[in-house]
Amino acid sequence: MSKILSYEEKETWIHRLSGVTKLIFFILWCVVSMISYDTRILIIMILFSLIIFKMSKTEWKQVGAVFKMVMLFLMLNVIAVFLLSPYQGTEIYGTRTELFPIVGPYVMTAEQLFYELNMILKYFTIIPAAFMFLVTTDPSEFAASLNRIGISYNIGYAVSLALRYIPDVQSDFTKIKHAQEARGIEMSSKASLLNRIKSVSAIIFPLIFSSMNRIDTVSNAMELRGYGKHKKRTWYRARPLKKADFLTIAFSVIFMVVALIITFWDGSRFYNPFV
Amino acid sequence: MSKKFGIKEVVAIGIGTALFVALTEIQIPIGIPNTYLQPRMAVLAFLAAVFGPIVGGVVGLLGHALGDLIFYGSVWWSWVIPEAVVGIGIGVFAAKFAIKEGGFGKKEIITFNVAQVIANVIAWIVVAPVLDIVIYAEPVNKVFLQGAFAALGDVIIIGILGTLLAVGYTKIGAKSSSLSKED
Amino acid sequence: MEPIIEFKDFSFKYRSQVEPSLRDINLTIYPGEKVLIVGPSGSGKSTLAHCLNGLIPFSYTGDITGSLKIAGKNPVDLGIFGMSKIIGTVLQDTDGQFIGLTVAEDIAFALENDMIAQDKMHTKVDEVAEIVDVKNLLENAPGELSGGQKQRVSMAGVMVDDVDILLFDEPLANLDPATGKRAIDMIDKIQKQQNKTILIIEHRLEDVLYRDVDRIIVIGDGKIVADTTPDELLSQNILGEQGIREPLYITALKHAGCRIVSEDRPQHIESMNLDGHKQQVRSWFEAVGEKEKKKETQSVLRVENLNFSYEEKKPVLQNINFDIKKGEMVSIVGKNGAGKSTLSNLICGFYKPNTGKIFLNDQDISPLSIKERGEKIGLVMQSPNQMISKPMIFDEVALGLAVRKVPEEEIKERVYDTLKVCGLYPFRNWPVSALSFGQKKRVSIASILVMNPEIIILDEPTAGQDYKHYTEIMEFLKQINKEMGITIIMITHDMHLMLEYTDRAIVIADGKLLADDTPSNILTDEAIANKAYLKKTSLYDLAHRCGIEEAAQFTDRFIYFEENMRKKEERSKTGSV
Repeated sequence: MSKILSYEEKETWIHRLSGVTKLIFFILWCVVSMISYDTRILIIMILFSLIIFKMSKTEWKQVGAVFKMVMLFLMLNVIAVFLLSPYQGTEIYGTRTELFPIVGPYVMTAEQLFYELNMILKYFTIIPAAFMFLVTTDPSEFAASLNRIGISYNIGYAVSLALRYIPDVQSDFTKIKHAQEARGIEMSSKASLLNRIKSVSAIIFPLIFSSMNRIDTVSNAMELRGYGKHKKRTWYRARPLKKADFLTIAFSVIFMVVALIITFWDGSRFYNPFV
Repeated sequence: MSKKFGIKEVVAIGIGTALFVALTEIQIPIGIPNTYLQPRMAVLAFLAAVFGPIVGGVVGLLGHALGDLIFYGSVWWSWVIPEAVVGIGIGVFAAKFAIKEGGFGKKEIITFNVAQVIANVIAWIVVAPVLDIVIYAEPVNKVFLQGAFAALGDVIIIGILGTLLAVGYTKIGAKSSSLSKED
Repeated sequence: MEPIIEFKDFSFKYRSQVEPSLRDINLTIYPGEKVLIVGPSGSGKSTLAHCLNGLIPFSYTGDITGSLKIAGKNPVDLGIFGMSKIIGTVLQDTDGQFIGLTVAEDIAFALENDMIAQDKMHTKVDEVAEIVDVKNLLENAPGELSGGQKQRVSMAGVMVDDVDILLFDEPLANLDPATGKRAIDMIDKIQKQQNKTILIIEHRLEDVLYRDVDRIIVIGDGKIVADTTPDELLSQNILGEQGIREPLYITALKHAGCRIVSEDRPQHIESMNLDGHKQQVRSWFEAVGEKEKKKETQSVLRVENLNFSYEEKKPVLQNINFDIKKGEMVSIVGKNGAGKSTLSNLICGFYKPNTGKIFLNDQDISPLSIKERGEKIGLVMQSPNQMISKPMIFDEVALGLAVRKVPEEEIKERVYDTLKVCGLYPFRNWPVSALSFGQKKRVSIASILVMNPEIIILDEPTAGQDYKHYTEIMEFLKQINKEMGITIIMITHDMHLMLEYTDRAIVIADGKLLADDTPSNILTDEAIANKAYLKKTSLYDLAHRCGIEEAAQFTDRFIYFEENMRKKEERSKTGSV
């Protein structure tokens, strides 16, 4: 479980921001990063997220293992795009600057390289922001935040319950898996596909059934303590928005608007250096 | 049977999401590069079939987003939304399945599987690729191919494991008065 | 004084059932009373609890006749939320009740639902946390707490509502003996200082009586069988008849032929008047013979210099050595989190030890895979629900053989044989879901037994079971131990279990082997018992107070006597189940 990203308490201004603020920032940041293929914007975003990543005092060991996995996934994706659509770049930028042939119909073009570079850049704009969001946001406060931005408290509380029970479910899973392995059920890759599904089902069955029982117990416990009594509820860990929060939200909104204006200035979401 | 949104549904979303996230790591390769059977999909289908479309939709959405964030440190939004589509698609028939009440028989197995195939096709061969193209400007043939494999994988795992889970669980709710001891 | 709870001719039938679960209940409880409700599983005591906290009729529907008034009001008029202001329930499943991400949030849960302002909430949470002694844990997540701590958080969580009545549903079920003792102490303190009415539902009578209760209600088969003071009840025979275990010292006194009267104040062994009984107990002690020792056999499982840690510099197990002989029944005891489960994980091969070796029949098992070890060392989980993965009993028991590609004919034969041993043969074509909890437990044991293991390790085999089911399971294990020669290792914190059914106890405390001795020696040694979060047995006090120096010997003879009694009973019954 060591590779899971989790909240760590630290004293920085980013940690002190409300979860709402960080969520709004994260969503708007994602929107810009999704829409814009403007290389200049993307590079600015990467630099900026690296700076705040540094400011959040996040350490490499907190995120290193996950980062390596993301890199692997990214590489596979980049290769897949090239294999399946070697001329996507040419289509988008409207020119074809051949660099060197590879095999058969595959010819490397500058446009394709540039298009895929932009894809990679997009990843890198999100990764530091996502890491930072996860390791600096107190999950308790986050559930309260969801309610504050207008999401029903039922959903807010469901999120809180999910975060509460993930470790429990994981440890149940490990225990059940061990017991079934001792009975001879193997998860290894040697078995055939159908057998592997059977093995997995031998673990998931007990897990599902104990979880269904848990759903009953937890709902009784919540009902007995007055959950759902009123249309609203208060939150022990809610944090009032401070000046820094409003400034951050304002910055996020302005940044998004400006970034999108720059991106679409020439009528296209792609920054085109080829014409 | 009414499928109102009460405490039980809130808890089902919470614990269902926890289950979904905890099972993110379990993937069964099927011999096609980068394509895996995801047992968590069977769990999603099961929860949707028991608790209805809201629980199914939200567990898909939250579970995928949270699982992505926690395990991969980024959220691929164009694949989060289709996950909710699958949950909703199966969930709308929840009242018909009556899994908890012991009513999940042959007819329901067929409905369940027809629903899951349609939901998966819409989610992965329509919604996901379109979002990939619109949001990320990914190449058309790549996203449709990816989507087709995802749909195939999900249909297989839900068809086998999801059906097994629902059948197994419905037997718990079934009346057992007709049983007699044998010598 | 006005009663706070009043049942009048009250009956309740669940909608899905034919017979009523509660019949003609007449019960009056006054404010400030501390009442213990006992009864075997299925007696209706949980149903009674549901009626009190409003889950009946709001979550579980059915037919009610007669009347129930709580604080002068009808629960039906108050609704479940109204009821939660009067009566707070602490559930048995502390993980199910702990729903907050941290201690503070969990305590504040009821206040949040009541839309209490944040600053008030903080004050109130601090105040209640102080009462149950969890103030320094407010920022902790549930995963970082022990069972006892979680339970105290649950208490705080219902006390924030300023309820008048606190209802505890089997508060001792998941706690080790010392922690259980502390919980009972805490409940007592709350009753006295906060002036609450306390209802405790529990079948571990002796442990609850560690602190005074005003009254005990015995429920059997849906009816109230007794409603009287502890002193009065302990001098009668109602408990035994209802299948509830009496305190051990009471049973011992009865075995010795003493007539206990309520004037002796039998509620606590420390203060009970034993004047008329001492001589009788002494002569009984002399008369009961000693149990013959089991013959030494060869080693079946030997552990040498075992060390293990998940993280560097945080050892979980340190330098563990022991040697279990063939055909022994051994308990591994110690407080929760002391490393007991880790030990079984290492034996089964789920984790690899940092240093040290494990030998099975004098052969190093480090090269064996989990699956290979599983054929020789079977592991039975605490709850059968954690193991059962097939809807049908036959398939579940056959699973281990089927994955090992045993021919179908042989599977059938072996499964049937095993089912016969386990008394499950008549149910072989039933779905697992039609069985009781105890029967399911047997299925999970059968599914291990079918592989002919040499050793079976059971994790808390009797957790949450009442006396009848406890005896049933343990006698069954004893039978397979004796008849099939299987070595049985039980991880437990049930002191009765280790005392009555094991030849030897291995005590683990803080990752180290603290003792490896007979259970009677361990449970009569205060220093060891304290360190291992056990509790010395009340037989020790009885022996001492009767002037018997050899407390361990006294305990052994008591167990031997009981064993013989059960054998006689068994013989007198024609055709056992």
